Amino acid sequence: MADFQIPELREYPTIPKLEEGATAHLSPFIAKPDHQEALGFPGELVENWEQKAIEEMGDLLNKYRSFRVYMDACVKCGSCTDKCHYFQGTNDPKNMPVARQDLLRSVYRRYFTLPGKYFPKLVGARDLTREVLDEWYSYFHQCSQCRRCSVFCPYGIDTAEISMAAREIMDRIGHGQKYCNEILGKVHKVGNNLGLPAPALESTLESFEEEIFEDTGAKVKLPLDVKGADVLLITPSADFFAEPHIDGLMGYAKVFHAAGVSWTLSSYASEGANFSMFIGSYANLKRAAERIRDAAIELGVKRIIVGECGHAWRVAYSFWNTVAGIGSGGNDPYAKKLQDQLDHSYPIPQHICEFTWGYIQEGKLNLDPSENDWRTLTFHDSCNVARGSGMGGYPGGQFDIPRNVIKAVCNNFVDMDPDTIHEKTFCCGGGGGLLTDDLMEIRVKGALPRMEALKAVVDEHKVTNLAAICAICKSQFTKVLPYYNMPMDMIVSVHQLVSDAIILEPSPDDDDEDDEDSQDD
Amino acid sequence: MSALYALLFIAATIIFVGGLYIKIRQYYDTPAPLVIPTMPAPRTEKGVAFRLFREVVLFESLFKSNKWIWLFGWMFHVALALVLMRHLRYFTQPVWDWVVLIQPFGKYAGFAMVIGLLGLWARRILVERIRYITGPSDHLMLALLVAIGLSGLGMKFVAHTDIVALKAFFIGLRNFSLQPLPNDPLLLIHLFLVFALMVIFPFSKLLHAPGVFFSPTRNQTDSSREKRHLAPWAAELEK
Repeated sequence: MADFQIPELREYPTIPKLEEGATAHLSPFIAKPDHQEALGFPGELVENWEQKAIEEMGDLLNKYRSFRVYMDACVKCGSCTDKCHYFQGTNDPKNMPVARQDLLRSVYRRYFTLPGKYFPKLVGARDLTREVLDEWYSYFHQCSQCRRCSVFCPYGIDTAEISMAAREIMDRIGHGQKYCNEILGKVHKVGNNLGLPAPALESTLESFEEEIFEDTGAKVKLPLDVKGADVLLITPSADFFAEPHIDGLMGYAKVFHAAGVSWTLSSYASEGANFSMFIGSYANLKRAAERIRDAAIELGVKRIIVGECGHAWRVAYSFWNTVAGIGSGGNDPYAKKLQDQLDHSYPIPQHICEFTWGYIQEGKLNLDPSENDWRTLTFHDSCNVARGSGMGGYPGGQFDIPRNVIKAVCNNFVDMDPDTIHEKTFCCGGGGGLLTDDLMEIRVKGALPRMEALKAVVDEHKVTNLAAICAICKSQFTKVLPYYNMPMDMIVSVHQLVSDAIILEPSPDDDDEDDEDSQDD
Repeated sequence: MSALYALLFIAATIIFVGGLYIKIRQYYDTPAPLVIPTMPAPRTEKGVAFRLFREVVLFESLFKSNKWIWLFGWMFHVALALVLMRHLRYFTQPVWDWVVLIQPFGKYAGFAMVIGLLGLWARRILVERIRYITGPSDHLMLALLVAIGLSGLGMKFVAHTDIVALKAFFIGLRNFSLQPLPNDPLLLIHLFLVFALMVIFPFSKLLHAPGVFFSPTRNQTDSSREKRHLAPWAAELEK
């Protein structure tokens, strides 16, 4: 099944002994010139790349306070050393967060600090050489930017910020990663990660409508490009084609239908994901988010709701207001152009779980949790939701609200070990731009801590399913669960559970239905 | 010797204050373009102040992470703070009441400080992961701090120095008059090492002290949906 050793699940996870260079051989495919150029980066490694890399590092040091402070502040206390799932799964010391940061910090010290200039050996400073660049490329693509280390750092040093800076530097010297950059090019060109054009999207949505009709007898719509709809739904494009994602999408559609809210998808902005965050590119982050802004203005919607996607929700919740004016409280002309049109009595953007939980609390959804009685659920907090965003307008809402939704539609729920959930959650192993087959070894190994926690509740509480609200987590688990002898269909969407429990009134048989009649039921 | 030490003291102070000013200015001037607090984060400024207070005074994140590092690290820092406050008595005339009050605690805090440092040092040698990330400068920093602590303790508990003369020396410097510094080797070593520490401070990992206040993951408010956060260079992109 694999040409590498699959880690054994440990009953009592311990801190591994170091194995230097254990995953030094792992590197993702390099971006081709057209992938690079579509994002505004040089096609291939530029001639004077060493000098250029230092210049770009200097540029980022002046633009990002996080990067500037984190290069200086680390005291090597060791607090983070055992916190990374990739370290736990690979034993490679360079996967300890501080050691990963030091790959960049050593170069920072050499070129930007006095001691590094005059006493490089003493302070661990080194010249930027081809070996160093290769090491960057390898190990900064063994970080899923999950921010677990930042929870435990006494100065809040966030390795995600450092790996984003490293990837941005590499992109700017023409040494980008194929997976992220190729996908982002498709978003800029077509509007989604898949490169799925509008007609294909339309027929996909129709097929979901038919499927729901066959299951429930209700004519649930999945509208596309409807001008004047109240809600624009922005969801990861995986929701259109991957399992179990599509079951989640049908779940959202059923909730919108049952709540009687008018909504639409956009063929122009048919992607919630924004891989620009993974490569640390502000310019691309803004460009991709502005497609959503433009679609919202074009369609004249009043609200924007985001589907189940971890990093997309971080981008939406934390960055949209900044990069595209999608939010509230903006008083500059750019922000006002969109915000004057939106209804600020709702949170903007709103997470689909916030939306559904609101209607559940109001008792507007007819739910039968016993439909899910054959399952026992646990919930995987996706890192970007847990540590990069919020829900419900209070700290920790991002932990409660998805669980509240699950508990409203499932009678059997247990949590995993408290050290592996909430803000201490372990990454699925595939986030941060690592969800590509050329990195399968690190993905499988990085999943180890999550798999151990899952196995423990499977054994102890007979958990049958793992629910998540992240497209990457869902795809990653589908792929890695079998490596750990668990079935791939264990992973479910939260709104798939809602979908299974929600009771919809069958629509009247005749084709030209009368709205008033159906409301009278 | 007195003149040399007076010069060293002045030079070290200039480098310490000037260097720190430049670094803090740099941190202050560099914008944080995106909202990136480690969530869940406080929703209000007051909440953020409380979070930073817990981080700086209690080392909250470190406590969550590793009790040994927390124990030694916290012990060292609290003891150091007490010792530094106690040392104010050598620079003020009359000595402030609260400095008099903490004198007995400050006296013995020196021991806690050295024990904390030795604990941290032991981890650097004994724990494989921490040994891996430790460089020569990390050992030197600990050696320097331990030497400062031991030379200080030596003067307090073993061979007293002429503390009255020392105080006259520092008070004198404040009034631009050079008073004789006691010619006591332990004192000269102690002072020299402290000057060295002051010089190193703005160029080393000791910048974690101002850095923690500027860390966006700790000092930002969770209000991104309600307020538009825009850095000046990012706003330029909208024009």
